[in-house]
Amino acid sequence: MTMTATRRKARGRGKPYGAKAAPYGFLLPAAVLFALFFALPIGYALWLSLHKAEVRGLGLGKGARAEVWAGLQNYTAALTDPELGHAALRVFGYGAIVVPVMLGLALLFALLLDTERVRARSFSRLAIFLPYAIPGVIAALLWGFLYLPDVSPFHHLLGKLGLPQPDLLDGGPLFASLANIAVWGGTGFNMIVIYTSLRSIPVEVYEAARLDGATPVQIALRIKIPMVAPSLVLTFFFSVIATLQVFGEPTTLRPLTNSIPTTWSPLMKVYNDAFLGGNVYAASATAVVLAAASFVLSFALLKVSNSLTKHRGNR
Amino acid sequence: MSTLLKAAPAPGTTPGTSQGPPGPRRTALLPTAALLLGALYCLLPVAWVLVASTKSGTELFSTFTFLPGTGFADNLADLGAYRDGIYWRWMANSALYAGLGALLSTIVSALSGYALALYRFRGREAVFNVILAGVLMPPVILAIPQYLLMAKAGMTDSYLSVLLPLILSPYGVYLGRIYAGAAIPTELVEAGRVDGAGEWRIFLRIAVPMMSPGLVTIFLFQFVAIWNNFLLPFIMLGDDEKFPMTVGLFTLLSQGSNTPALYTLVITGALLAIVPLIALFLVVQRFWSLDLLSGAVKS
Repeated sequence: MTMTATRRKARGRGKPYGAKAAPYGFLLPAAVLFALFFALPIGYALWLSLHKAEVRGLGLGKGARAEVWAGLQNYTAALTDPELGHAALRVFGYGAIVVPVMLGLALLFALLLDTERVRARSFSRLAIFLPYAIPGVIAALLWGFLYLPDVSPFHHLLGKLGLPQPDLLDGGPLFASLANIAVWGGTGFNMIVIYTSLRSIPVEVYEAARLDGATPVQIALRIKIPMVAPSLVLTFFFSVIATLQVFGEPTTLRPLTNSIPTTWSPLMKVYNDAFLGGNVYAASATAVVLAAASFVLSFALLKVSNSLTKHRGNR
Repeated sequence: MSTLLKAAPAPGTTPGTSQGPPGPRRTALLPTAALLLGALYCLLPVAWVLVASTKSGTELFSTFTFLPGTGFADNLADLGAYRDGIYWRWMANSALYAGLGALLSTIVSALSGYALALYRFRGREAVFNVILAGVLMPPVILAIPQYLLMAKAGMTDSYLSVLLPLILSPYGVYLGRIYAGAAIPTELVEAGRVDGAGEWRIFLRIAVPMMSPGLVTIFLFQFVAIWNNFLLPFIMLGDDEKFPMTVGLFTLLSQGSNTPALYTLVITGALLAIVPLIALFLVVQRFWSLDLLSGAVKS
């Protein structure tokens, strides 16, 4: 300790030449990339969202199309667009399945992995984590085939048993089918995050409870779950944001069914407006609204997680 | 690493357990079964694609799902022959985007993480928070203006248009800061300075070796993220010679809705696409802990 203290003092007085500028140098690549690929595009999106294209005369020749100030016009249009409302509702319904089921399973598996006398622990851990390594688009493609009536084993089995065969790519089941892809892909990663934080709890904490005759289930509910609450908040936070941004999976399933409109999720609507509808101004406004929504959600969640962790001192 | 330490204390704790007689340890049946069920669920689509890739076009729609077919070699040959072997091109592109992108990303994350963890300077927290806020940005709000700006620079439909925007990873910088802070003692850096080493030399000779398990993690994380990315190349690229595998297979599937014969190609392609990443994880599993991915460090 004293060593550190004296060193710190020495450092404060006479910093070696160059040490002051060094952190800025190390951060330079990140700063340049941030400016070019984060700050500039965000600024441009904001600018676009406040403008619109105006056609002059016949709309031919140079200067026939001009970008003019549109005020909040694009925003009012975006917020009152029933398609965006529908997309938001669909994603809300989808998220209401994905987030609780995925995190519930992740927590359950993490707790089970942390149970004593479990066999095939590392096999199960790796197998459940495996979908993380599989691209979302390919996951959607694999499940898409498993849902497709002509190929699906579920259909085959239900048919054999003489039970009704629901169309997994239409109506209500479609939500469950899409949610299943996300749950399948995300459970493993979240399980690892929760499991890691379970492992960091000192074993002595359980000893007292065990001596008092607490069952493993009681220990899980009363000690383990409260102690991993911060990592649960973190995984919840990332899952909600990922849900808001769902794009690849429903897009991939579209070729297999007629029930997924091009504007199924808000992001699909943004893509559709910008690249198929050719209205980058409206698309930018919608994208900004989405970004604002995820910021508001994030800060609300961060507040909650801060108040949760504060009671416990530092982690 | 912590896994190894924690796996051991079992002998010390067993005498204290009140349930069950001492002696040979019984298997916890219910938890084991539940975990195996979870494993089965996660392996199901992978098992399916393994089986389905062996089926010929007609077998795919006529035989039971998990009954192997006879057409694997044909499927493989068809896939290789499709449009003069464009599938292999997609694979090579994916490897290029993910490999080079992850490498550059790891370097940038290591530099920034080291600076943020080991130096005290004005604006440090502000820089960190601004970069972290990038995590929250929906990729599409970035992707549209990125595309339009790339178009202004005449760079759309190029390798760089997919590579460059993915180099800076907010999560990578976050992990870099955590690993640098945990692995490098300030005293060692100070000692290096006292010995007259320059800042850059200290970073290369002291910091990088100590951070290396963390850097492997950042590399893997970014490799997977870029390999799995769909939106950015989908928006940026028009020329299918530059497609990564995800976009390539998607276009193949879209065409398949008109010509189901392409379905067998899509399935075989999907199988070959997931093999490299699964192999990668099985290999690194031996010397690297999954727990590092969530920012776990020895404390």
